[in-house]
Amino acid sequence: WNDSLFRLFRACCVVASRLLLCMFLFRVAFTSLAADPSVVNLGQGFPDIPPPSYVKEALAKAVSVDRMNQYTRGFGHPPLVKALSQVYGHVYGRPIDPFKEVLVTVGGYGSLFSTMQGLVEEGDEVIIIEPFFDCYVPMVRMAGAKPVFIPLRLKSGKKSITSADWYLDPDELSSKFTSKTKAIIINTPNNPIGKILTRDELQMIADLCIKHDTLCFSDEVYEWLIYRGQQHVKIATLPGMWERTITIGSAGKTFSVTGWKLGWSIGPQHLIRHLQTVMQNTLYTCPTPLQEAVAQGLMLNMELIGQPECYFTSLAEELEGKRDRMAAIVQEAGMTPVIPEGGYFMLVDVSALNQDLSDMKTDDDDDEAYDYKFVKWMIKKKKLAAIPVTAFVSDQSTKDFEKYIRLCFIKVNKTLLLWLH
Amino acid sequence: MGILNHLAAQLALIRKISIRNHQTTMSRRIHARRTEGVDKNVWVEFTQLAAEYKAVNLGQGFPDFSPPQFITEAFCKAVSGGPPMHQYTRAFGHPALVQSLAKFFSRIVGHDIDPFEDILVTVGAYQALFCAFQALIDEGDEVIIVEPFFDCYQPMVVMAGGKAVYVPLRPKEGTAVLSSGDWVLSAEELASKITPHTKAIVINTPNNPLGKVYKREELQMIADLCIKHDLLCFSDEVYEWLTYDGAKHVKIASLPGMWERTVTIGSGGKTFSATGWKVGWAMGSGHILKYMKTIHQNSIYHCATAAQEAVAQGFEREHELFGTPQSYFQQLPAMLHHRREKLASSLKGVGLQPIMPEGGYFMITDISSIAVDFKDSDTKDENYDFRFVKWLIKEKGLATIPVSAFYSPEHSKEFDKYIRFCFVKENSTLDAAEEILKKWSQNESSH
Repeated sequence: WNDSLFRLFRACCVVASRLLLCMFLFRVAFTSLAADPSVVNLGQGFPDIPPPSYVKEALAKAVSVDRMNQYTRGFGHPPLVKALSQVYGHVYGRPIDPFKEVLVTVGGYGSLFSTMQGLVEEGDEVIIIEPFFDCYVPMVRMAGAKPVFIPLRLKSGKKSITSADWYLDPDELSSKFTSKTKAIIINTPNNPIGKILTRDELQMIADLCIKHDTLCFSDEVYEWLIYRGQQHVKIATLPGMWERTITIGSAGKTFSVTGWKLGWSIGPQHLIRHLQTVMQNTLYTCPTPLQEAVAQGLMLNMELIGQPECYFTSLAEELEGKRDRMAAIVQEAGMTPVIPEGGYFMLVDVSALNQDLSDMKTDDDDDEAYDYKFVKWMIKKKKLAAIPVTAFVSDQSTKDFEKYIRLCFIKVNKTLLLWLH
Repeated sequence: MGILNHLAAQLALIRKISIRNHQTTMSRRIHARRTEGVDKNVWVEFTQLAAEYKAVNLGQGFPDFSPPQFITEAFCKAVSGGPPMHQYTRAFGHPALVQSLAKFFSRIVGHDIDPFEDILVTVGAYQALFCAFQALIDEGDEVIIVEPFFDCYQPMVVMAGGKAVYVPLRPKEGTAVLSSGDWVLSAEELASKITPHTKAIVINTPNNPLGKVYKREELQMIADLCIKHDLLCFSDEVYEWLTYDGAKHVKIASLPGMWERTVTIGSGGKTFSATGWKVGWAMGSGHILKYMKTIHQNSIYHCATAAQEAVAQGFEREHELFGTPQSYFQQLPAMLHHRREKLASSLKGVGLQPIMPEGGYFMITDISSIAVDFKDSDTKDENYDFRFVKWLIKEKGLATIPVSAFYSPEHSKEFDKYIRFCFVKENSTLDAAEEILKKWSQNESSH
């Protein structure tokens, strides 16, 4: 885990031993830096576009119904788990039991936590593909297990780069599986690169999971944000994978309401029931009116699947335009964008600028990664916030990723244009 | 070609075998050991049963009347309040909420509470409890739990690797036990449970299920022991606004020497009769709260924004109206006082002995005077009150909760003749319950 992070954000806690291995996420510190209102924030991953009005209306309506303001079923509000069962039953092409094969959680984040706490423990190893959503490592550690990293590698010799140019080396991946491997975490579309794992890549991962009898935790929160020409494949639909996969989704990312913090885990009963045990001993139930509103949003869009108004596809179309606009702006500024196949983040290679960052050196760390220094410079001098990509990788991969920063493009056009000026 | 066909057939066979093998369960243990022994849950079981039999539900603790209009309006206003209301807010608590909580509670606790250091907002008080146990209890630590206790404390201690040590509240000897105030904690018994491994003591006041509101002297006794033995105190005060008959809620954190070692837990759901919003908080000295924040950010990270904004508005209103008749914190206990009386008289009317709660949502009743023939052999190994409650749901259509669920395994058989009713219900619900009780007692007397 990144040494410079320890030094930058020394928030190590020693009270309970499990806390020795957790630490404040860099985002907490960068959030305050970027909170200056004169800074254009393309860092943290949340929309500043409004959510669809029907979900907001559904929420306001729910609050006016007495029963909707009180506790609902712990493992998921019945209308919501039924809606999830319908939508995903259609997507997976198999029946999904709403009460036994679905768990509603506090965001995709909460699903990740329930999965780790329910299925991972001391002595286990968990394979994590770099770059990774930064919470995977502290969660694996908090569960007492050891993270094992494998980086996505860049195909060489290409001029204009897309997220598809990163690949997993089959032999390297295979070498990471040991008798202690409990699970592999995959994230597709990937945050921060935006790579969508192909069917072949997923099959390769599946073959290894089956061969080594491991679980697969598939973080698919950006599943609907797939751009033209791409296809999102669910690893749980590959032969032999349903029984060993937890698939994670997010209402926040699906409906552009990250502040609702609702997500879900879908999988076979013999796995989900352990996540349910964690749920009933951690927060017991999620907010009712929010679940009711998401249920309605899902059912509405279920009817619209295949039509242009369906939010599952219309949001991706809207974002593709923003993606391309941002790529153009980045290029004009002399940097190299990595065009993402999915998700709402874009990696930007800043090395062409050859920016002198000598006055960004901090007192306590000469070895601070380039991207950290660059982002601080950019916030200070250019009033633009981004996230350094080495925050998403382990120490051994820092040098491969320190020329990249991550920008978020699910922003209103005004925000994107502000930066241009 | 023959070789290729042969190889293809082999591969197909290998794939078939491997698919067949893992279509059953994985060959190794799948679940993490921390989930063992904490998988049973009384709420899941009884909520399902009550729904199945469409029972009049005085079981789980939630109001069946609406939250006050000012709070639902605040929520609707938040919902229409522009994009930031629907996106992530500050992870440790929406600024408007932590600021209004700090302002409101500083004057009650008598300590200047820093909104950003001393408060953590959580998904209900339940998650605040989880963060406290995970952050502060380690393998081998002992945690003293006062019985009867809200049932989640025990599995949370277990999940944190700690050991629960129990001290029961006991009915005072020699007097008729008519009120929750007649159940007391023995100072000697409590002191005898403290060992060098004791890390914390958990108290709940007003208490669920008994309704006891700890007096200042009782809290002082506990505080003295905490200070003497350098213990932490987790004080679950979700029902803090619901006290009756002039009983005063006292915050143990306000006693000398206690702010530094107490985590006080509160609930927006119980405060504003909106349990489904799941907005709670932990309050305490920053040097303790920071550990809970680490757990929070590695488990949930953010809580829903709009609900926090609404609760913040609720506290702003209550801050203005504090102590006046328009304050919801005056009106709600006044209304529930009558509901409490109503339920008590229904129970007494059929020969049951309720214990009048000084605070909270619940009333427990001694059922030992009733003889029931449980024809249900499935439940014969369960505690008497569990069997009674199931029978009451199935045969009479009335849902309650067995009180031994709030006791440790070692003491549950001593306290298995009580059931718990929630009286935070519409009059019509209480009337329906009264009808069932009357009919039942008429049937009994006609035999």
